[in-house]
Amino acid sequence: MQISTLLLILSLIVLGAYYLGLRRSLQVAGRPGKRKHTLHSLPSYYGLLAALWSGIPAALIIVFWVAAQNTVITRLVVDALPPEYIASVGADELTLVINDIKNLASGNIISGQSGPMMQAAAERYLHLQSISRLALAMVVIALAIAGMAVIWWRITPGLRARNQVEAIIKAALILCSTIAILTTIGIVLSVLFESIRFFKMVPFTEFAFGLDWSPQIAIRADQQASSGAFGVIPLFAGTLLISTIAMIVAVPIGLMSAIYLSEYADKKVRAIAKPLLEVLAGIPTVVYGVFAALTVAPFVRESGEWIGLSVASESALAAGLVMGIMIIPFISSLSDDVINSVPQSLRDGAYGLGATRSETIKQVVIPAALPGIVGGILLAVSRAIGETMIVVMAAGLAANLTANPLEAVTTVTVQIVTLLVGDQEFDSAKTLAAFALGLLLFIVTLCLNVIALHVVRRYREQYE
Amino acid sequence: MSSTTVFNSTTPHRDADAVNRRLKKRYAAERRFRLYGLLSVAAAITFLVILLSSIVANGLPAFQKTYLQLDITFDQNLLGIDDVSDSGQLISADYQRVVKEALKVKFPEVSDRRDRRALNALVSNGAAYQLAAMLKADLSLLNTSQSVWLYADDDVDTYFKGNIDRNIPESERRLKDKQFQWLDKLEAEERVKKSFNWTFLTAGDSREPEQAGIRGALMGSFYTIVVTLLLSFPIGVAAAIYLEEFAPKNRWTDLIEVNINNLAAVPSIVFGLLGLAVFINFFGLPRSAPLVGGLVLTLMTLPTIIIASRAAIKSVPPSIREAALGVGASKMQTTIHHVLPLAMPGMLTGTIIGMAQALGETAPLLMIGMVAFIVDVPGSFSDPATVLPVQIYLWADSPERGFVELTSAAILVLLVFLATMNFLAVLLRKKFERRW
Repeated sequence: MQISTLLLILSLIVLGAYYLGLRRSLQVAGRPGKRKHTLHSLPSYYGLLAALWSGIPAALIIVFWVAAQNTVITRLVVDALPPEYIASVGADELTLVINDIKNLASGNIISGQSGPMMQAAAERYLHLQSISRLALAMVVIALAIAGMAVIWWRITPGLRARNQVEAIIKAALILCSTIAILTTIGIVLSVLFESIRFFKMVPFTEFAFGLDWSPQIAIRADQQASSGAFGVIPLFAGTLLISTIAMIVAVPIGLMSAIYLSEYADKKVRAIAKPLLEVLAGIPTVVYGVFAALTVAPFVRESGEWIGLSVASESALAAGLVMGIMIIPFISSLSDDVINSVPQSLRDGAYGLGATRSETIKQVVIPAALPGIVGGILLAVSRAIGETMIVVMAAGLAANLTANPLEAVTTVTVQIVTLLVGDQEFDSAKTLAAFALGLLLFIVTLCLNVIALHVVRRYREQYE
Repeated sequence: MSSTTVFNSTTPHRDADAVNRRLKKRYAAERRFRLYGLLSVAAAITFLVILLSSIVANGLPAFQKTYLQLDITFDQNLLGIDDVSDSGQLISADYQRVVKEALKVKFPEVSDRRDRRALNALVSNGAAYQLAAMLKADLSLLNTSQSVWLYADDDVDTYFKGNIDRNIPESERRLKDKQFQWLDKLEAEERVKKSFNWTFLTAGDSREPEQAGIRGALMGSFYTIVVTLLLSFPIGVAAAIYLEEFAPKNRWTDLIEVNINNLAAVPSIVFGLLGLAVFINFFGLPRSAPLVGGLVLTLMTLPTIIIASRAAIKSVPPSIREAALGVGASKMQTTIHHVLPLAMPGMLTGTIIGMAQALGETAPLLMIGMVAFIVDVPGSFSDPATVLPVQIYLWADSPERGFVELTSAAILVLLVFLATMNFLAVLLRKKFERRW
């Protein structure tokens, strides 16, 4: 039986449970007009209670079953293989064999030869799969009906059905709100574990202070060039270089547009310009990446050549410029919020003393809004550091410790992508290095975010 | 003190002069400052215009495609078909040879082997599939001669769109002098046309630009977004309801709040690492599947949806809750029957914006293997698939000129989807926005 059919049957049972619970509650309460008892809750709550009790345990069983099914069946199939055969192939090859068996079972082409042993294993696999599906269906249906029956027996006029239903809903709400915590824990654990494995192979000091980054590991022992160096400094320098260029573009333009739009522009201009800036924010980063790689980078190189400078085709300048454009709306909308929340009385006071508008802005509004603006800029920096697609498409691949914006540099995110895209083995330092970089990225952006959010929040409280 | 002495030491006349001069300066500064602001806004909008116009200019040609007309003879012997009822034979027949034969008839003077190969290169090898489809649809075509519009090779297509300069040296361009002569001849006989590129909308990815389309990527995006929507909307709304209506103010809820705000600012690529380590390596879910992509994007968009939903719930005035509680509704009934419906438009707006974000996201999907070269159009949540932004990334990396056009055209399609979604969100906000 397919899972989708099973889900359909389950939902029918749940619907039935609702109806039966509802009927049962009316039945125990007595006919209308001649009520023997008063129900504690509205009848629909009795129906809901029955439906929840029949649906939730069954749904949980389906989830766990499906999650565990593959592992268990694979285990059983492997156990049925002749032990001397398992001993003859190594652990790595065994996973290959298992893949072959699965492919054979689903009728695909397999990589190894298909002997009678493989055929038997594939048949066993299919057989176990069908047993598993059947068993799952029976367990689920039995559980759903049992849950319904239990509630059906328990329904009395005094049953506090509404309270119980509400308790279940509340538990579900709490569960959903903890997913944010679980995500953070998941992120921390997943990058931390792999990073710890990485630091067992490469000492932390070499990673943190090394000046060389070339993650190619020698395949042969006598290979010369690719020794594998994991110094993160050049990557970080590259990231900072590109981010700095981006901020040099974005901060003045973003801040000045925010000032102009909130202090000078009349309603009409504002109504047109603000949505246009928001469009800039809504464009996917991959589009900026294409723009950087195909339009801006050649333009930067040609204009460099025109004034006699040699510019790398993947210069930090091009990537930084486009990243700056991407961040403009981010800075302008954050600053706009902050500037608008400066109380009007401060401005009126300055005007009253005879200050011009620009003087008021420069000497009263901006200083008052400064913490908020700094917070916004920090958030923007964290975004620039974590930005991936623009640099993947427009920045270089080779690590290069330089402060020259006309040369190609690489960044932390670019390296994560190049290390993890494509086939990988999960025990090489090269792959694990990506997780160590991820950990670094997470920590740096987290610090920036925490500081920025704290500053912004403090600032908001000040004027509320 | 010092300023008063300054005032006292100057005569009234000179004082007014100085003030006027200073005033002039101050007004000039004012005008300059204002101009800087205007210039910044103009710069930002100019960037937007350049960005969009470069994409439109590059992308529009991709919606057209060049066709060459040839007289094809469906010769049974050349095709190698001896049994018409065998569908396997119809598919595997040598259509390439028929095309070559037609070119040979058209240009009998070409005899040199290398020239012949250059001649054959004018027609896309996708032409074979075109002919196969024709023959499959109408078996009576066998052994007849037909005038057929075939796909041109991407280089020919590029030439007819005006992107190959005939004046640069022969060794530096992809089409040679002889090929131009043949194309001129075809053009003179009106055997060249451009028409709408249906392949772009109906085909999956391909190594050949003229055969590549975005249907596979669109379906991949569709499945991924469906998973994201089904998970993130209910979970996000439920979390927002709990945090806003039920949660006691204590350390735990503070922690959740800080967490959500931080997650909203975590780089998206980190979510990709999480997906790779947890969903693929730990739970053993399939690589490249929309299911995993949807899960990762769910975690990524949840903060957006939760924050928007909380704002929507906050904007429902307390009087509504008090009225419901006053007539005897429980806290849960108040929330579900009264607060939730009133906050729903705001929540939906936030969700649409979150989905638009998810639709345009690339980096985390690279981590979970959705960058594979996939020709087939995915048909389920667990088929290997790619999504539209990743397809754009893949095409942008390909060197052929034809792919540059396709990249921009795919961006146009993506932007149209995003614009529609955002427009919908604005509409929703306008229609249901209520000032209490």
